[in-house]
Amino acid sequence: MELCDLPAHQLSKLLRDRKVSAEEICRSVLQRIDEIEEKTRAYITLDGENALEQARRVDRRLREGADLPPLAGIPVAVKDNICTKGLRTTCASKILADFIPPYNATVIERLAAVDAVIIGKTNMDEFAMGSSTENSGFFPTRNPWDYSRVPGGSSGGSAAAVAAGETIYALGSDTGGSIRQPAAFCGVVGMKPTYGAVSRYGLVAFASSLDQIGPLTKDVTDCALVLNAIAGYDPRDSTSAPGEKTDYTRFLKEDIRGLRIGIPREYLGEGLDDGVRRVVEKACAVLEDAGAEIAETSLPHSAYALPTYYLIAPAEASSNLARYDGVRYGYRARDAKDVVDMFKKTRSRGFGAEVKRRIMLGTYALSAGYYDAFYLKALRVRTLIKRDFDEALATFDALLSPTTPTPAFLLGEKIDDPLKMYLSDIFTLAINLAGLPAISIPGGFVDGLPVGVQFIGKPFAEGTLLRVAYAFEKRTGYTSRRPGLGR
Amino acid sequence: MITRADVEHGALLARLELNEEEKELYTRQLGKILEYAAVLQQLDTTDIPPTAHVLPLYNVFREDRVSGHLPVEEVLANAPDREGNYFRVPRII
Repeated sequence: MELCDLPAHQLSKLLRDRKVSAEEICRSVLQRIDEIEEKTRAYITLDGENALEQARRVDRRLREGADLPPLAGIPVAVKDNICTKGLRTTCASKILADFIPPYNATVIERLAAVDAVIIGKTNMDEFAMGSSTENSGFFPTRNPWDYSRVPGGSSGGSAAAVAAGETIYALGSDTGGSIRQPAAFCGVVGMKPTYGAVSRYGLVAFASSLDQIGPLTKDVTDCALVLNAIAGYDPRDSTSAPGEKTDYTRFLKEDIRGLRIGIPREYLGEGLDDGVRRVVEKACAVLEDAGAEIAETSLPHSAYALPTYYLIAPAEASSNLARYDGVRYGYRARDAKDVVDMFKKTRSRGFGAEVKRRIMLGTYALSAGYYDAFYLKALRVRTLIKRDFDEALATFDALLSPTTPTPAFLLGEKIDDPLKMYLSDIFTLAINLAGLPAISIPGGFVDGLPVGVQFIGKPFAEGTLLRVAYAFEKRTGYTSRRPGLGR
Repeated sequence: MITRADVEHGALLARLELNEEEKELYTRQLGKILEYAAVLQQLDTTDIPPTAHVLPLYNVFREDRVSGHLPVEEVLANAPDREGNYFRVPRII
């Protein structure tokens, strides 16, 4: 193991004990990037020089005796749909290929406030629309556990980079599973916080009522540390939830005796890989041994979550993506005869196939004559889905399910069939519709590929999720496994 | 269910220019997705209110006062074309 394979909390201790410098940690990450980035292709933009400079700045302050926060001097990778002032932010789209944000997202300012070291911007499905990172407008990312497989998506670059030691931790965004699904495929921890828990200011909007930024980390302790840094009220996001700051590390306790965990039976039905099912069954046994009470429960409208999501998310996207018109920033087609022709040519050449498909779908669902039948209907069914969770979580402290129906699939396996691709998010997207927090944590392996288990909690009960995930991690140790990287 | 004319109308609304191949592809693929979505019609949602977003937040107010803003040069730095302090576009009429 190199420094770049260690979690942030261990590195932070080494840093404080003066056993390593922030520069050494940063160099370890950059060296790993040099070695394997051509295989994983996790990054769109690297910022190594600035990262080293920031690391040296942290070292100087530590030498001067400054008391710095736990993430100070620790490298982080940022999904390329989160605005970084002066650092290219593309959303993996040709339409934003040269966009340099004039401001920072709130989460970036919060990372800066704890002296984090930003290594670069990670690859993703274009505008976060996809489940494999194959929809990147530039190139696909590969899974560090098996380079012939996808890392998941849309935060595939972030998950692959964390798993491969090309960063210590990363930020992603999750609209229907885009943090948790790649975390599961790459064997790392990924959390989607409660809607409103983390500011969306500076996150390029995909579906505004579903989008949420969250951490991808090597273990559960790091997840709590990153959440400490990024969560909390922000007046610049009108959907930011008011409330006091929480120290999430106080939930990292091994004792889960008496905790009630429900298993929604709809999440263990048809289409679930046998290996994944065994991982979930074993996870139940581990938690039961630890003193948790496990019982079956039901989310009766589960089968409606996928169609509901694929009407609401594209509808919001078609509206959000109307801003890409070639006027104020981004790509502009130069051969237009008038302004409307410029809009059309700019958008048609700038957007990739999946983005256009979703804009078309959303436009259709919102258009006169179809609005009631599709969009409004989906919003009503969303209420039913949310009520299912409210009822189940009135009895249980958390719910447990697989994160994905199968382990990571092969590149090219699903790219020609949108519906088949959408089904890989079947266990994650209902949680976004309900606005709840959920965490995916490595729960075992099938044929050498990592499998994720998902815990779902009540609104703003991230602490409960961290507690149960931490107890699970301490009893299984899967989060300390690293891929061989074909070396 | 979804016709080629629907796709052409949608493209017009969304300001997308689709070639013949794309029109054919999207008619087929959107048709398949909407066919799948038709399952929602099985549910009786007459008395169910819609959920547009999940937070119990309605209006967020703040004091009406001048705060910081980006300098004009920074705002225009990403502009594909400009004239003075304006974004420049091809002719409109």
